[in-house]
Amino acid sequence: MDRRHFIAGTGAALGLGLSRPAWAQAPTEVSFYFPVAVGGPITKIIDGYAADFSKENPSIKVTPTYAGTYQETIVKVLTAHKSGTPPTLSVLLSTDMFTMIDEDAVSPFDSFLKGPDDQAWLKGFYPAFMLNSQTEGKTWGIPFQRSTIVLYWNKDLFREAGLDPEKAPATWAEHLAFAEKLTKRDGAGNTTQWGTQIPSTGFAYWLLQAMAIQSGAILANQEGNRTAFDDPGALEALTYLVDLSRKHKVMAPGTIDWGTTPRDFFERKTAMMWTTTGNLTNVRNNAKFPFGVAILPANKRRGSPTGGGNFYLSKKAKPAEQEAAVKFVRWMTQPERAAKWSIDTGYVAISPAAYETAAMKDYAAAFPPAAVARDQLQYAAAELSTHENQRVTKALEDNIQAALNGSKAPDRALKDAQAEAERVLKPYR
Amino acid sequence: MTTRARDTLIGWALLAPAMTLLVAFTHWPALASLIESFYSTARPRRPARFVGTANYEQILADPVFWQAFSNNLLYAAGTIPVSIALAILMAVWVNDRIPGRTFARVAYFTPTVLPMIAVANIWLFFFTPGYGLLEQITGAFGLPSHNWLGSPETALAAVTVVAIWKEAGFFMIFYLAALQAIPPVLAEAASLEGASRWTFFRRVQFPLLMPTTLFVLINAVINAFRMIDQIIVMTRGGPDNATTLVLFYIYQVGFSFWDTAYAAALTVVLLALLGLVAFVQYGILERRVHYR
Repeated sequence: MDRRHFIAGTGAALGLGLSRPAWAQAPTEVSFYFPVAVGGPITKIIDGYAADFSKENPSIKVTPTYAGTYQETIVKVLTAHKSGTPPTLSVLLSTDMFTMIDEDAVSPFDSFLKGPDDQAWLKGFYPAFMLNSQTEGKTWGIPFQRSTIVLYWNKDLFREAGLDPEKAPATWAEHLAFAEKLTKRDGAGNTTQWGTQIPSTGFAYWLLQAMAIQSGAILANQEGNRTAFDDPGALEALTYLVDLSRKHKVMAPGTIDWGTTPRDFFERKTAMMWTTTGNLTNVRNNAKFPFGVAILPANKRRGSPTGGGNFYLSKKAKPAEQEAAVKFVRWMTQPERAAKWSIDTGYVAISPAAYETAAMKDYAAAFPPAAVARDQLQYAAAELSTHENQRVTKALEDNIQAALNGSKAPDRALKDAQAEAERVLKPYR
Repeated sequence: MTTRARDTLIGWALLAPAMTLLVAFTHWPALASLIESFYSTARPRRPARFVGTANYEQILADPVFWQAFSNNLLYAAGTIPVSIALAILMAVWVNDRIPGRTFARVAYFTPTVLPMIAVANIWLFFFTPGYGLLEQITGAFGLPSHNWLGSPETALAAVTVVAIWKEAGFFMIFYLAALQAIPPVLAEAASLEGASRWTFFRRVQFPLLMPTTLFVLINAVINAFRMIDQIIVMTRGGPDNATTLVLFYIYQVGFSFWDTAYAAALTVVLLALLGLVAFVQYGILERRVHYR
């Protein structure tokens, strides 16, 4: 421990009246891996948080490490776990919960949350976010950078098409009717502007799930060992998606790339798009026209799955490190910090209290789209998450793409996806 | 100690550093994959156990593997001949005394220096339906718009084009070096005899380039099974596995599904396949290669 730490530690201990003498030991190290999945100076923001935390808590030293995409981060975390020295804390997809449990790499938070104060903290999050964080009666993840799907629309193009630029489609029928008016074809029959765009690479399962929820289907159970891809609601969803492109021709044919979708929107190639709230800051900075953000249209009901990343606690870390990490997690999820994180990135703030802060109220007043994701949370459901999650979602994803390309009928595609998921999940029952 | 024994010792000592690296990072992992391919994937609640050839039987019955395999053959058939032909063409072209020769050489070689991930991101926008570069060109001729990466019929061809563009310049360097090693007297003799440019290429340059062609061919084959960066960026194997190549599938099984034993078995199959190809090329083709 260097002199600066010593003095600061003593000061903090005396000032805050801590019972444990901070000068008696070296600071507890908390290694922390995080991914970056949206634009902006994320690493700088996280490094700043870690430094601020260590300043307030000199007995703990948090070392954040940028570990790539979500996929790269879980590869690094699990490889480190297998070699014996995993990071104490990591941010991974909330849907990786079962994978982390199956690899025996994660420790539930419950044993560190004994007091009534701790329980209150746990109850402070939006319940929709806890669905992908709890199973078997334990809490395995704490919501951090979470998102949902929303609809973005171009107000100029709505006006040109004779639609009310302030009114987003509220139902599937309206969404289709609007899209038909918004699709423009030239003399040769080529489409110059599409009505709507729902991407189908990378996260096709996620977007389909939104439509399935809207049709009343729940695609996986809470234990993560059973899927319902052949549910009539799922069929209704896939049929609607395929019809938009193949029957009504208001959405580009073939699969639509997730990454270029915002660009298509900026280039006015599509008048509406469905994508993550995490793109909000991106759209705000790059759209050269007035745009709106809305809750997804309803079929039988409204709905969207949640998405994004949770904090996970390593099983192999020492108890003291785990405890320090929990303290850091609690600090990171304080309402003021959650509000700031949401404003900086576009992620949904993880607790109602965060939306009650002055900073967030001011931001939402000046920029109303920021509140849309929150308003949708009351309709949100758990994101598709099962054991062997990547294999199961790939089975669904491949078949959605096959249906969009016309090589399989929607009901055949969903039956195939369900059969593959059954084969993979059988051993987990 | 005899001189001979000492020479042997020094020889091995000189070999040791490279040998250690090779054994540690190439031979041992290959062997470990082979061993692991006969076991089941270890899970914390289910340790690995010997399963014999079960993983290999699974490969035979795995439709995604077979699709990846046939995709890979098409990808190889697309990239190898075209990139070699282009490389020879470019090399012969920039070997002559033409104005701006250095500039042309640099231009052809540039794709090789750029990182594939960056390149793939640029190509992703070339292929974007509607306003991508390719669409702007075809659109100028009044052709209908096409979703190049989003249709199973064209997605594989699209990623193949990127590989060709990336590789041709690299192979050109080898041909250029080989062309410069051909004595100029041969060109003078040919022109005295009144040989046409094409005859000179067909009867003199091309045969003398055969050893280079063999070398390039082996590299091209290996690359056809090895180069997958653009798949990850551009299509992630989609739509519906239309662009899944064998190595990409191995990566997916190993690091997305965490089914390491099955990934090991797939790796062994790929290694055996490449070993066979190298054997055919070195063992059989080499004898037919025209050395001076």
